[in-house]
Amino acid sequence: MTGYSLGILVLLSFNVIAAYAVYLPLAAGQLNLGIAGFMVVGAYTASFLTNEFGWPVAGAVASGGAVAAAVALLVAIPILRTHGIYLALATFALGQVIAAIFLNLEVVGGASGYPVTAHIEAIAVIGTAIGVVAFMALLSTTRFALYLTAVKSDPLVSDLMGINIRFIKVAAFTLGAAVAGIGGGLYAHHFNYIEAQYFSVMLSTYTVLYVLLGGTQTVWGPLVGALIFTLMPELLRSSAQWRYALFAVFIILFMAVRPQGLLTTGFGSYLRKLVLRQDVAR
Amino acid sequence: MIAQQVINGLMLGGIYVLIAVAFTLAIGVLNFLNFSIPGTFMVGGMVSWAMIRVGWHWTIAFGAALFCAAFVGLLVYWLTYRPSKNSDPEVPLVSSLGFLVLLENIAIIYLGSDQQSFPQIIADFNMRIGPVVIGGAQLISLVVSLGVVFGLSIFLKRSNAGRRIRAIAENRDTAALLGVNVGALVPQLFVFNALFTALGGILFAVSYLQVSPFMGENLGFKGVSAMIIGGMGSIWGAIIGGLLIGLVEVLSIQSLGSDFVNICVYGLLLLLLIVRPEGLLGKPAARDKL
Repeated sequence: MTGYSLGILVLLSFNVIAAYAVYLPLAAGQLNLGIAGFMVVGAYTASFLTNEFGWPVAGAVASGGAVAAAVALLVAIPILRTHGIYLALATFALGQVIAAIFLNLEVVGGASGYPVTAHIEAIAVIGTAIGVVAFMALLSTTRFALYLTAVKSDPLVSDLMGINIRFIKVAAFTLGAAVAGIGGGLYAHHFNYIEAQYFSVMLSTYTVLYVLLGGTQTVWGPLVGALIFTLMPELLRSSAQWRYALFAVFIILFMAVRPQGLLTTGFGSYLRKLVLRQDVAR
Repeated sequence: MIAQQVINGLMLGGIYVLIAVAFTLAIGVLNFLNFSIPGTFMVGGMVSWAMIRVGWHWTIAFGAALFCAAFVGLLVYWLTYRPSKNSDPEVPLVSSLGFLVLLENIAIIYLGSDQQSFPQIIADFNMRIGPVVIGGAQLISLVVSLGVVFGLSIFLKRSNAGRRIRAIAENRDTAALLGVNVGALVPQLFVFNALFTALGGILFAVSYLQVSPFMGENLGFKGVSAMIIGGMGSIWGAIIGGLLIGLVEVLSIQSLGSDFVNICVYGLLLLLLIVRPEGLLGKPAARDKL
């Protein structure tokens, strides 16, 4: 495999991990616009542990995820009182505040960034991404996924049916943050350098874009979305200047034509019908 | 010195007010968090600059900028709001973000990604009240933006069209039943909203003498924060929120340094959302909004 395609594959892995971090709360109807904030927490925690205390990378990355989850749990309790757009903006503000705090934290280099000594190979990143996808696919077969959908579709009715919606919401939010933290930790150790500026609002919003483009109705949506988002700018590389503009046009038109995202629960039968209709026409 | 900072903060807040009002209108009436607003803000500033650079008179340049923004507003309506009316609430948000990305990249392709200095249009006159200096251009911007917003609130309260808009905000279907032509009014609102934000961009360019393709991003997010702090759907809330954010920004730069601006501004937003989720002047949401 060439270095270029390996690079793309690593990029794809990071995007997939981030996409599932956004997908989990979104499946319960919470738009998290601050996912980059949780990635920052994971990235800095993990690299601090390997740099200063000589922890093994695997343990440090897992701890990064745990700390990100702890932060999420701490803020979920007050923040999840808000909902809809208020929640989206509260998470947005949270992401900004977290990134700004790390930007001013001199222990980890402040604005000049934080070099990370321990290194992990691409294969570990790709492996983790596959693991995350497998975990999510497994999760989608459990009752938990049903609860998420129920809470998203109608919180009032699901409450009446005896689902603890508060618990489900907090769990989805926290689990998403843990995945983001792990992604951040991997990022830090693969590229051996982090700076808080990288984890910007745009990173959070792009991640939300992947997920919505792929669709939130099925567990494979975020994967497909991340795939499109990673590969498309590469395919458009020949039209260097125009590629992001073309890409934006693609997003706008795509959302206009298929507002539910590419993959929906009825996608399979939709395709089948399309094929059948052509058979009849022939 | 604190008085000077308060004045500066209010001047900056005046720009935020316009964006916050545009967001608040889109949310309050259409229930749509329109993230193309930072894009139209940038169009206002960048197109004016480009036209003045090729030698147009500034009045015509401003007109051209407003025209472009209005066109963008219509496009956003056609391609974002209309197709996704019945889908998940996050969808229009995402595709309006697509517009922000598109506008920024078009500006980069044609005008470059550098920060540009905007020519001085209003002769440099500063007023002095004791030790406090008030910049002429900034003062005019503040007066214009507050004047426009004040006019808007009167328009919404008193005029017939304003009554129709408020009827849609209350309940779309009922408004349609009562004979409000919703199909015609909504695109008008989009155009109006785009004009409003583009005006904000022009005022920003005139008073701070700099434009760039990314000028909308930061201001846009501060504008959203201002709207939330004031309370969604409330015009007076947007004014208070905008001025407040301007003040917090300038005062935090003064006392803590520029690194702490984001912590202070967004920390304030976070704190307020936790303590009072409906904003300072907002009413608790009767129905779910996004």
